Amino acid sequence: MATTKQNVARNVTTGNGAENSSSRIGVMKTYKLYIDGKFPRTESGRYSIFTDAKGHSIANVCVASRKDFRESVVAARKAQPGWAAASAYNKGQIVYRIAEMLEGRRDQFVAELMHQGLSSAAAELEVNTAVDRLVYYAGWSDKYQQVFSAVNPVASSHFNFSLPEPMGIVAAIAPESNGLAGLVSVIAPAVVGGNTVIVLASEKFPLTAITFAEVLHTSDLPAGVVNILTGTQKELASYFSNHMDVNACIYAGTNQVAMKSMEENAALNVKRPYFYGKTNWLSEDAQSPYRIMDLQETKTTWHPIGQ
Amino acid sequence: MKSKKKSTVQLTFNDGWSYDPAPESKDHIRLKEQYELFIDGKFVRPESGKYFDTVNPATEKKLASIAEAGDKDVDLAVRAARKSYTGAWGKMPAKERGKYIYRIARILQERARELAVIESMDGGKPIRESRDIDVPLAAAHFFYYAGWADKLPYAVPGQLPTSIGVAGQIIPWNFPLLMAAWKIAPALAAGNTVVLKPAETTSLTALKLAEIIQEADLPPGTVNIITGAGATGAGIVQHAGIDKIAFTGSTEVGKLIQKGLAGTGKRYTLELGGKAANIIFEDAAIDQAVEGIVNGIFFNQGHVCCAGSRLFVQESVMKTVVRKLKDRMETLIVGDPLDKNTDIGAINSRMQLNKIKQYLKIGVNEGGTMYQSACAVPTKGFWCRPTLFTDVSQSSRIVQEEIFGPVLTIQSFRTIEEVIEKANNIPYGLSGGVWTDKGSKIFKVTNQLRAGVIWANTYNKFDPTSPFGGYKESGVGREGGLHGLMPYLQHA
Repeated sequence: MATTKQNVARNVTTGNGAENSSSRIGVMKTYKLYIDGKFPRTESGRYSIFTDAKGHSIANVCVASRKDFRESVVAARKAQPGWAAASAYNKGQIVYRIAEMLEGRRDQFVAELMHQGLSSAAAELEVNTAVDRLVYYAGWSDKYQQVFSAVNPVASSHFNFSLPEPMGIVAAIAPESNGLAGLVSVIAPAVVGGNTVIVLASEKFPLTAITFAEVLHTSDLPAGVVNILTGTQKELASYFSNHMDVNACIYAGTNQVAMKSMEENAALNVKRPYFYGKTNWLSEDAQSPYRIMDLQETKTTWHPIGQ
Repeated sequence: MKSKKKSTVQLTFNDGWSYDPAPESKDHIRLKEQYELFIDGKFVRPESGKYFDTVNPATEKKLASIAEAGDKDVDLAVRAARKSYTGAWGKMPAKERGKYIYRIARILQERARELAVIESMDGGKPIRESRDIDVPLAAAHFFYYAGWADKLPYAVPGQLPTSIGVAGQIIPWNFPLLMAAWKIAPALAAGNTVVLKPAETTSLTALKLAEIIQEADLPPGTVNIITGAGATGAGIVQHAGIDKIAFTGSTEVGKLIQKGLAGTGKRYTLELGGKAANIIFEDAAIDQAVEGIVNGIFFNQGHVCCAGSRLFVQESVMKTVVRKLKDRMETLIVGDPLDKNTDIGAINSRMQLNKIKQYLKIGVNEGGTMYQSACAVPTKGFWCRPTLFTDVSQSSRIVQEEIFGPVLTIQSFRTIEEVIEKANNIPYGLSGGVWTDKGSKIFKVTNQLRAGVIWANTYNKFDPTSPFGGYKESGVGREGGLHGLMPYLQHA
């Protein structure tokens, strides 16, 4: 039993374990959380066994707790001013770097997605979409401000302009359906806009989310800018919307009860809730500068014109 | 002479100088004894059968009876708005829609004098402000948004936006006519129809606006103005026929509305409370800064969500600023809102006056040192002298909570980092001020203040082209300017 599990785990890592019939024992990956640029286990010590379609256990997955979420918020808050202050050019290069890293590890992601139940074609599409989406948003990093800002022709003798600024901390529940493309589509517009993010991975594709954290980790993204948790929506969703230091929350599912509860909780500190449940994440309709703008505030500054 | 320093030149206005009364005439004002609801283009008696009084806060005398809209009246108003949305207004070509909005702007300008006087009588604000700010800005808002009606795709790059439907709009008592304009003008320009409720203490200018809308001959039901208190507002928020709520008011009520809208799919924008930091650096032009402080907190009796109610002064100039500020406060005239010399009018209602007095007590009990100017105030009516508190801390309730009155707290600071930290350490994020002659310092501070409107070397300036709205618990969305159209449009 133990041997089977190790073999499958090796398959996840190499993608071609079936041909590898030597007596070498594979090295299993421990899937942990990604908080503050580190890979800790959940403080709760809990895990679930992730099984493939045939019921074979593939890996252990951390079941994150409320405390893990709260620690992620602390990390995100700490990282936010620095990330927001990074130049648009710099942010764009880092998001582009994420795309490069993902492209470089595409075989691994395809294999891992297949182990989580996707066909080879579906897995390829998922990875292609994710890479392209990152490139798309990387390009927006130094453009959305220009498109959505304004110099306002006020009637008095003042110079007056309005600029988008990041909202701050975004807590997102990633789409269940698209473990990689969906995850990336939620993270990228938030991050390129200078926000920091806590994201709850798809329960169907937790392994991909944590492997994606490795991609983030090797892309010069500062610690705490993206924090990824695995666990259950049932347990964690309410924390995403009721934490008082979160500025915006995203729910990419369609459960009406969950949406209502998130909106009610959002009112605790007037956070901005967004529902992306109807999105087809593999379509180009899923990408838009308006997704960046959902997570921006507009600041207007006045200064007298005179002596 | 009150001055402590012999070197200080100080005008003593109570010594040999006095202002003769200079009241604005109200002979031309025709108020009805009783005002009805404006629904489907007509003034109709409320189904509820109920009326309430609106009083002049400067005299405590009743001005008129105002209809109180019940649930049935709300329903009639929403139905009328829906009928126009699916009918005349909804089908009208955009450029024609724009012409109607221009008409409203023009009639507002024509009737400016009447509106300004009524605004001051009903709400207590100085005639100088209603005449020079509220009414002209209200007209300017309609004029600005009128022109957007047939240019909407330019506001939403890459999209073909459409209207949303029926907007339910609930406005506060501090800028009654101006807030009605902020709400109605962009909603109409974007092609929506409106049910608007003014605050119960200041219904009159909204009802005058209803007359103007009737005179402008808008299709019946395009704008419905119904009066009442919180229950009427709740009726609008809960009505299933409303597609979008726009609310301006307290954060407390805003949170209730946001929660109440959960699961309904209705869109909303919220303009809520504030507690702005007004920051004076040692290299600021101090006399100008003092004027800015006064304008920041005493404008409109401090009944301003973006009021500069938390003053931060760099330690090296603290004494000078406080001395000059106190001197300046002594020259402020509190009294008859209709007098053209009045700086600070009447507090809007007895309820609000009690709330302010409560905060003054809290401030003193928490160890703050209170200073009020010595000016005389009338015996009748609701009044509060300009007030400042020193010896307060970041955790004082009068520093953390919105008072909505002419009450300023003063704290000192040494470094930029310290003052930014203090300024942002609050749940609100509506506005802020910074005073310095150094350009790079202005941009550092304006960049780092977490607030939606920042005034640098000025304060409390407003314009229809300039977006207004808050971060954090100060609200959701923007009003004014191109950005103020977005909440009334939808796109893919």
